[in-house]
Amino acid sequence: MRIQLNGEPFELPEGQTVAELLDRLELAGRRVAVELNLDIVPRSQHAATALREGDRVEVVHAIGGG
Amino acid sequence: MSQVRSDKPFTLAGRTYQSRLLVGTGKYKDLEETRLAIEASGAEIVTVAVRRTNIGQNPGEPNLLDVIPPDRYTILPNTAGCYDAAEAVRTCRLARELLDGHKLVKLEVLADQKTLFPNVIETLKAAEVLVKDGFDVMVYTSDDPIIARQLAELGCIAVMPLAGLIGTGLGICNPYNLQIILEEASVPVLVDAGVGTASDATIAMELGCEAVLMNSAIAHAQNPVLMAEAMKHAIVAGRMAYLAGRMPKKLYASASSPLEGMIR
Repeated sequence: MRIQLNGEPFELPEGQTVAELLDRLELAGRRVAVELNLDIVPRSQHAATALREGDRVEVVHAIGGG
Repeated sequence: MSQVRSDKPFTLAGRTYQSRLLVGTGKYKDLEETRLAIEASGAEIVTVAVRRTNIGQNPGEPNLLDVIPPDRYTILPNTAGCYDAAEAVRTCRLARELLDGHKLVKLEVLADQKTLFPNVIETLKAAEVLVKDGFDVMVYTSDDPIIARQLAELGCIAVMPLAGLIGTGLGICNPYNLQIILEEASVPVLVDAGVGTASDATIAMELGCEAVLMNSAIAHAQNPVLMAEAMKHAIVAGRMAYLAGRMPKKLYASASSPLEGMIR
């Protein structure tokens, strides 16, 4: 299936969860925050949240800023 | 130092800080320089931006929060780059998740890329939503005393007028507006943006600001680590001068040495 990940199309197997997506991106255990279709997915829900075709996912982190 | 000890503490959202200097983490050469400059500044509150991760690029890359660990510093996530209220609110919610429920945010909603001047209408809208949502909002705004007052009335915990445009280093462009804001402040007022060198920070503190937030003045100095230390002293000097109360300005001279006992 195809999702929009940080604004870009991204292919992944059917039924993958947010936690599996982060694993795939080598971001598991990193300090990131995830938004799914404009709603925050709390860290505690990553493993229980399955992704669907067309989902819009944002994965963000902290960078330098003023 | 006794005056400093008798100073009231600098408190934000129920937490007390020793340093009245807040620093940004942008524009540094690398994370090591960021770390060294922040350490030299003595700042305890450090701003960060929230951005998309680079998908598939350098997964092992060191993270900013590894060099400014949230257990040692108070992380102040900003909404820099946001041009409307909805975008700013969304960014704050992501920041809260990123920092495990941390409620302190720096709200800034910009109006224009050339000036990075705040869009105060969108700022007011965002502030209202964020305060209701339980955030502790430190808000970047223009030096308009009426807007500053309205932001405080909405429940922002600190109002942060610009002293000059972001990244210009032009210094305290309108001390009179800042003075009006400070005179009627019901929440801490911090200067955010415009400071270019140590004397600017001192002037802001002499005016009675609770603290100063800066980034470019340190990061874009020829020697950022040295400038960070200079800023630390400038903030302390300005605060002490404010507490001490300056002498009145006079048009004509007044001799410091007595006239008695002159050899004539």
